[in-house]
Amino acid sequence: MVDTTRRDFLTAAVTTAGTAAAHNLAHAEDHDHDHAHQAVPSDPTLRVKSLESLLVEKGLVDRAALDVLVDTYEHKLGPRNGARVVARAWVDPAYKQRLLADADAAIAEIGFGGQQGEHMIVLENTPKVQNLVVCTLCSCYPWAVLGLPPVWYKSAPYRSRAVIDPRGVLREFGMDLAEDVEVRVWDSTADLRYLVLPERPPGTENLTEEALAALVTRDTMIGVAKVMPREGGQP
Amino acid sequence: MNGVHDMGGMQDMGPIRYEKNEPVFHARWEARLHAMNRALGLWRKWNGYTSRYQKELIPPADYFRMSYYERWYVGLVELLVNSKLVTRTEVESGKRAQGSPKATPPLTADQVAPMFTKPAAPASRELRGAAPRFQVGQRVRTLNMNPIGHTRLPRYARGRFGMIERDHGVFVFPDTNAQFLGEKPQHVYSVRFAARELWGEQAAPQDSVHIDMWDDYLEPA
Repeated sequence: MVDTTRRDFLTAAVTTAGTAAAHNLAHAEDHDHDHAHQAVPSDPTLRVKSLESLLVEKGLVDRAALDVLVDTYEHKLGPRNGARVVARAWVDPAYKQRLLADADAAIAEIGFGGQQGEHMIVLENTPKVQNLVVCTLCSCYPWAVLGLPPVWYKSAPYRSRAVIDPRGVLREFGMDLAEDVEVRVWDSTADLRYLVLPERPPGTENLTEEALAALVTRDTMIGVAKVMPREGGQP
Repeated sequence: MNGVHDMGGMQDMGPIRYEKNEPVFHARWEARLHAMNRALGLWRKWNGYTSRYQKELIPPADYFRMSYYERWYVGLVELLVNSKLVTRTEVESGKRAQGSPKATPPLTADQVAPMFTKPAAPASRELRGAAPRFQVGQRVRTLNMNPIGHTRLPRYARGRFGMIERDHGVFVFPDTNAQFLGEKPQHVYSVRFAARELWGEQAAPQDSVHIDMWDDYLEPA
């Protein structure tokens, strides 16, 4: 009961800054029954469908716009975009320099940008430095170049351990780092978004930029895998 | 708020469950919800920080029981109701209340593509804010603070010594902005913390954790 009241207060505080909060607090008990409905949605398919119909009926969203958004998330965004950036950096030293100095501008040169890709920082891996990106507080991720994050990236095991035991996490991903390698973990809890520039694998000197891009997987740009000289199984 | 969402450094959460060839969405409803969340943002009744904070307010046991997008659903409904775009009765019934006005959606299909293709707009960096209090190379300490509201200063990094590595420019301050208490624009820095400063001797001596810190989170050290 105490918890519920506190929660109601917080909910009130977030939505109605200032004076109205006190008013809502006074009515906190009225809200108790609402919170019962806040538990796990019993059937998300039905609930979300119902919410969509309501929002369309009220003119709050346009169904066709939702269709285009879904299509964009599923087919236009994704790690192939980031892979093109990485491959360009591998074959064009001047581009790589621009990318490390001003990632937003360099990524825009290839035509990517927009939401969750506005303030990019590119982190270069070397034989002695392994960068690893996490968002311990939620799920921050560079949509513009990697698409939406995988479930494991947003999950408690990864978020909790990446900062305290990065070497253990990397071992779980199959990477055994030498002791003299420096691990730099980037907890992207602010508005900056991070992309790892993985090392170009040996034996790829004769590959075209396009062929190189095909080697670059999502995981290598989060920092939990190395790029393999041949197209591998990981996404 | 010292909630369970702030999980950096927690232990015993189990193995990382990796899914090969993972789809972007695991169900249609996740995709529709994601799109609705994005489209509704254009009503500008809340900001991205509010939206994050709303999910942080989900009680701990529910937070862990819910999937990522189930938390989105709960958070979005709360935002919609609290901002009075819909009523809880409407959500429960799925029907528009009789006599309620019909709005015009702020986002139409032809306006979606430009949101993803336009060159990155460095809006935050052009904000005018307080002058930077710290310089690159300066040693700093994070505040030991435990605010009850939204914050981006993770618990594991409070009261710790670090080094300013980069000045990212000016950004709005989530701690106030999430609760509509003002944008309070200020500098954000990349701060390097030695892993041993955070975790003690069990960490490798050369490892580090880098966290972006708003000016207000720091003091000279």
